[in-house]
Amino acid sequence: MDNNTQSIAFVRTEESPATAPPSTSSGVGGWIRENLFATPRDTVLSILTILLLIWMVPPIVDWAFISAVWTGEGREDCIVPGAGACWAFVEAKFGQFIYGRYPIEERWRVDLTGLLLIAGLVPIAIPSIPYKRENALYLLVVFPILAFILLTGQFGLEPVETALWGGLLVTLVVAIVGIVVSFPLGILLALGRRSEMPIVKMFCIIFIEFWRGVPLITVLFMSSVMLPLFLPEGVSFDKLLRALIGVALFSSAYMAEVIRGGLQAIPKGQYEAANAMALTFWQGTRLVIMPQALKLVIPGIVNTFIGLFKDTSLVLIIGLFDLLGIVQQNMTDPNWISPATPATGFVFAAFVFFIFCFGMSRYSAYMERRLDTGHK
Amino acid sequence: MAHQAGVETGADDSGRVSLMNDPKARGFVFQALLIVAVAAMVWSGVTNAIDNLARAGIASGFGFFGERAGFDIGQTLIPYTNDSSYLRAFFVGLLNTMVVGVIGIFVATIIGFVVGLARLSKNYLVQKFATVYVEVLRNVPLLLQLLFWYKAVLSILPSPREAAQEAGVEIAFSINNRGLYLPRVVPENGASLIGYAIVAALLAWFFIGRWAKKRQIETGQQFPVFLTGLGLLIVLPVLAFLVTGMPLALEYASLQGFNMVGGWVIQPEFMALLLGLALYTASFIAEIVRAGILAVSRGQTEASYALGLRPNLTSRLVIVPQAMRVIIPPLTSQFLNLTKNSSLAVAIGYPDLVSIFGGTVLNQTGQAVEVISITMLVYLALSLLTSAFMNWFNSRVSLVER
Repeated sequence: MDNNTQSIAFVRTEESPATAPPSTSSGVGGWIRENLFATPRDTVLSILTILLLIWMVPPIVDWAFISAVWTGEGREDCIVPGAGACWAFVEAKFGQFIYGRYPIEERWRVDLTGLLLIAGLVPIAIPSIPYKRENALYLLVVFPILAFILLTGQFGLEPVETALWGGLLVTLVVAIVGIVVSFPLGILLALGRRSEMPIVKMFCIIFIEFWRGVPLITVLFMSSVMLPLFLPEGVSFDKLLRALIGVALFSSAYMAEVIRGGLQAIPKGQYEAANAMALTFWQGTRLVIMPQALKLVIPGIVNTFIGLFKDTSLVLIIGLFDLLGIVQQNMTDPNWISPATPATGFVFAAFVFFIFCFGMSRYSAYMERRLDTGHK
Repeated sequence: MAHQAGVETGADDSGRVSLMNDPKARGFVFQALLIVAVAAMVWSGVTNAIDNLARAGIASGFGFFGERAGFDIGQTLIPYTNDSSYLRAFFVGLLNTMVVGVIGIFVATIIGFVVGLARLSKNYLVQKFATVYVEVLRNVPLLLQLLFWYKAVLSILPSPREAAQEAGVEIAFSINNRGLYLPRVVPENGASLIGYAIVAALLAWFFIGRWAKKRQIETGQQFPVFLTGLGLLIVLPVLAFLVTGMPLALEYASLQGFNMVGGWVIQPEFMALLLGLALYTASFIAEIVRAGILAVSRGQTEASYALGLRPNLTSRLVIVPQAMRVIIPPLTSQFLNLTKNSSLAVAIGYPDLVSIFGGTVLNQTGQAVEVISITMLVYLALSLLTSAFMNWFNSRVSLVER
């Protein structure tokens, strides 16, 4: 017995330690092998991409950072040979890029409006904070009134005419007015398009398809050139308001189609259930259909907002100075003309637009993941 | 039941619903009100417009189409001088819009598919590169990109004179701030044979493809159709070129004064517009392609592997046909967007429909209502045609389920 156990050469009494993975599949080398040189085709692609990056990245870094002119008084500082981006230009004109020609001593009003906006936006964007309904009411009704009073100057504030507005201020005003107006209008149009009343339905279809079929630039031309002709003599809107009307009508058509997508995705049973509960059409829409439909299309709505935000730059073509417009106008400032100025200005504007749009698209992706219930 | 219902309604014994609560009656009244409101708006708008136009002394009607335009256009596909009529200027603009639209769609689709596939690549670098491309271009306004290409890149290129110093007398390739200069191919006697050779090669390709498919169905043997076709397409025209005694000459650009003359010129406005439109739209197409391919369920790939198809054949015969069903509807609307976005040409001075018609013609004639309506109608017709086509196509390719 005893002898027998000893005849077995070795009995392991505990688990053997795991051997290290082969060096070819672990660590940095393994990662590179697996992700860059897995197949001959991958190897070729990787080498080509690396060459492309070597060709592109160093000049861009050099232009934007190493050879860039960070401080300066005028074009003489930026026109030196071998100079990269002229950031001094952005620094000198920064106030204009944000506020346009808004009087300097009144700029606190713009800042305050911005703070009011953030105070409304942040809580509505974070899903766990309650009082969404009140918050939405604040953003869609209270905030626009406050912003109007502050920006145009009512109730004893110094009036500032819209011709002086510019820069990021105009970009945000056009985008936010477009969003705030297009949202309710889009809901009405979407409901109208699904209505059983033939004439209402027809009007909605014509309205939506018309605005979706024409480029925004012709809409802006129309609102700036044609609209005044249709108004009675003596009635005239200012230029910004005319652009706002065009943008709002245009974006409400797109919004309507997004919301219609949500309405179509609601099962028929929900409508029937609302009817069975003896809810009127509007009660059913408000309490049963819309909460579900809007939740479904939040990503689509955010994408429409992103599109609208980018499209606001078109107002420069009808002579308004939004962020892009004012950057472009300042490029012609004789004090700052240099070969690097246009690129610097555009890169700055692109960066600002990118931050807003990328932020919104990340948020939309986050909501999509959050709302995804996994049913397909 | 009927008795009970009668008791409950009580007050309304006749069984009729009060007119207030009758959906039909309410709908009728509501729609009538809507018609009246819209008609009133239109009527007041039209009367105001007639008053305003009469006061400003602006003519109305479409008579201006026949008048002399009196302005020059930088890029014309059909013969046009400043003596031509406004109607001809309109067609020049329309053609220019279509040219940039068609070429833009072509380029954007190619870049979009490549980038979309690259985003799905297992290669880390390629995938990240594609992601950065898509995120950057998608989140910056198109107008800004156009202005960037035009004002910050193409405008600060060297002048023709400086470019010519490097290139020499006969300029085969030059990119300067007046455009891209390439040699122009001038056909001489007998050059038409080369054209016939290309047509013949394409026809042969088509018939070989049909024959090969038939043979594969009957015998199971495969035939390298693509390589044969490509070979024919190269060999036949080259043969024709040699046989006819090389009847193609190249006309080079040369420097005269401050500018280059001759050759084949692509205007900087056109280049900037094409670059901007194609790169921007490609970033959207890439996302559509990616979503389309991801929409094909994993089981399809596995089933295909189980049948013994190799990865290349799997993607060609199983994945792509199913992905196309998802890709094509949004792809069509991107094409439409590109065409509509080409109207941004007005910002960089490319003579498209909006820039010629909504810009110059509007300024010269002052007939805002007619000019803008026509411009809008053209785009509207384009989009309605496209969406009609899209609906037809969609109903053809969509799966019929249960």
